[in-house]
Amino acid sequence: MNPSDSVSLYRSMLRIRRVEEALAARYAEQEMRCPMHLCIGQEAIAAGVCAALERSDSVFSNHRAHGHYLAKGGNLNRMIAELYGCSTGCCGGRGGSMHLIDLSVGFMGSTPIVGGTVPLAVGVAWAATLKAGREVVVAFFGDGCFEEGVVHESMNFAALHKLPVIFVCEDNDFSVYTRRDARQPDRPIHEVAAAHGLRAASGNGSDVDEVFGLATEAVDRARLGEGPQFLEFRTYRWREHCGPNFDDEFDYRSEHEIKKGLSECPVDFYKSRLALTPGQEESLIDSLEKEIKKEIDAAFRFAQESALPGVGDGLSKLYV
Amino acid sequence: MSDQTRKIAYTEAVREALDECMARDDKVIVIGEGVPDPKAIFGTTRGLAEKYGPRRVFDMPLAENGMTGICIGAALRGMRPVLVHQRIDFSLLAMDQMVNNAAKWHYMFDGKASVPMVIRMIIGRGWGQGAQHSQSLQSMFAQVPGLKVVLPVTPHDAKGMLIAAVEDDNPVIFIEHRWLQQIEDHVPRDHYRVPLNEARLLFEGGAVTVAAFSYAALEALSVAKALAATMAIYADVLDMRTARPLDIEAVIRSVSRTGHLIVADTAFHTGSIAGEVIAQVTERAFGMLKSAPVRIALPDFPVPTSHFMTEDWYPGPQTIAEAVLDLIDADRGTEDYARLCTVLQPQSRHDTPNRDFVGPF
Repeated sequence: MNPSDSVSLYRSMLRIRRVEEALAARYAEQEMRCPMHLCIGQEAIAAGVCAALERSDSVFSNHRAHGHYLAKGGNLNRMIAELYGCSTGCCGGRGGSMHLIDLSVGFMGSTPIVGGTVPLAVGVAWAATLKAGREVVVAFFGDGCFEEGVVHESMNFAALHKLPVIFVCEDNDFSVYTRRDARQPDRPIHEVAAAHGLRAASGNGSDVDEVFGLATEAVDRARLGEGPQFLEFRTYRWREHCGPNFDDEFDYRSEHEIKKGLSECPVDFYKSRLALTPGQEESLIDSLEKEIKKEIDAAFRFAQESALPGVGDGLSKLYV
Repeated sequence: MSDQTRKIAYTEAVREALDECMARDDKVIVIGEGVPDPKAIFGTTRGLAEKYGPRRVFDMPLAENGMTGICIGAALRGMRPVLVHQRIDFSLLAMDQMVNNAAKWHYMFDGKASVPMVIRMIIGRGWGQGAQHSQSLQSMFAQVPGLKVVLPVTPHDAKGMLIAAVEDDNPVIFIEHRWLQQIEDHVPRDHYRVPLNEARLLFEGGAVTVAAFSYAALEALSVAKALAATMAIYADVLDMRTARPLDIEAVIRSVSRTGHLIVADTAFHTGSIAGEVIAQVTERAFGMLKSAPVRIALPDFPVPTSHFMTEDWYPGPQTIAEAVLDLIDADRGTEDYARLCTVLQPQSRHDTPNRDFVGPF
């Protein structure tokens, strides 16, 4: 990996982190009046996978979508405006945090029914092959989603027709507060995908180089017509399932587990990979932080100055 | 045979519509369990696989929800999928994708994308198909904003409405009744569309309004003809044709002349689309009604299999006729009434659509 790629991966993760921290800090104002699922701690998967894609490739996501949307190049102003319910939001205020879209960069949509968008990704890949295009499609989902029947239906069809789709499973071990071992037998998730006929691999979702490497191989294979790919990444959700807070006071994770999870911060961990002198590192990070803060402040200003929809605005666009 | 006199069956009309849509637009694809098989969905997909190839005419895994989502994805990328369920009951496995995604995608994402997709579903009754193969679930789908729900009755409408549905940019639930499949009718060779929002007056009378859905419209028409011929009673019969949107204006126009409303449906009584028609007419035109509206629908039970139990299960022409006579307080002590009853006698066993029918389904 060349140094500029490393910096851009680092920047992508740092940007997601700072955006979500800004959201968390302002959530208590009760102006962003919608459920919000933060991906703090899981940024490397979004950043690494999306860096392996071209702009014309497509991504579908789930309720925890901010990172995927931003990493794919989704417009930050429109995302923040959407969370505030503004007319300028990416869904005009109809969606909120759980419904993001930016078709100009191939972010096809995110929705909160677990598994809901996985077959859609397969369908886009199917249409791409019918049109003999070179598009690759990614479906992001969690370990809980892997229990949904529709995911297995989707993998079956994708494998049968050798479709250029990449299933990316972010395994943070929890469905809300329920651990994976209470929901699934003790076997690797990716081996089940392999049994469906997919090329499957797993890796450390806190190491963006590893994510990027595996994703690049998977994208190349999918684009060459080798059929669907499955990537399983272990990761750690820092905060509550839904909402801006840490929720460790509920004691659902041991102190040891929390300490270990936080110590594997994908953003901090990656500084050493930049291979810079302490002086260079400080200067780079300082300039990235400033640039990102400026962008975030501008995005919140954009939202706060945006036009607001009225009641009647919800009574249109039901049909084409 | 000239185009003016050409008559074809409902199933052939559906097949012809698919054929024409596929010939005109290579984005149209047809997929479903059994689509390319020897039975070809009651003949409605016969020859399509041979003509358009396996990339456009698919059989599919038994994965109704997944395949619905996959078709939605393909539609988001510009394809026009036609997904077929041989029984409407199978589509229940795909409720999540139909209700949460297909119906809402355009709205949720502020009109930035749309789902041009048709889901054909076959409803029906008879030959002991039982509780899970004979439901009429149009009201369940009609309850969902964002779906269009249509139920063509005549072969002419089957072709024109299917073409309109395929060319529509919204998800359309296209419901075909099994007992309409062998009906023949004049069907033009042209490529034509029948609007997906208009009821049609099948018979003009003026004494009573009978608004009916799917196969019940055909029964209502036979009743109107018999009442006119035997008792000189003239009823309006409306083939509602669509359950969402509902053409309530057409019903109100008729009720403004008749003052009496009967709504006949092929579905369970409670929550039926017939009930919705009555609610809307009552809300908007209460003053026009001279009597309480009447709903004709099925018992609120799953349908049992044994034909001994289903003998009087389904309301039919006689039920509709009696409702008309009740509303206008007609004298039943006449020879005309006796003649009406004779005319309305079923021509076949109650569990088959016609005398020529031979099981299995």
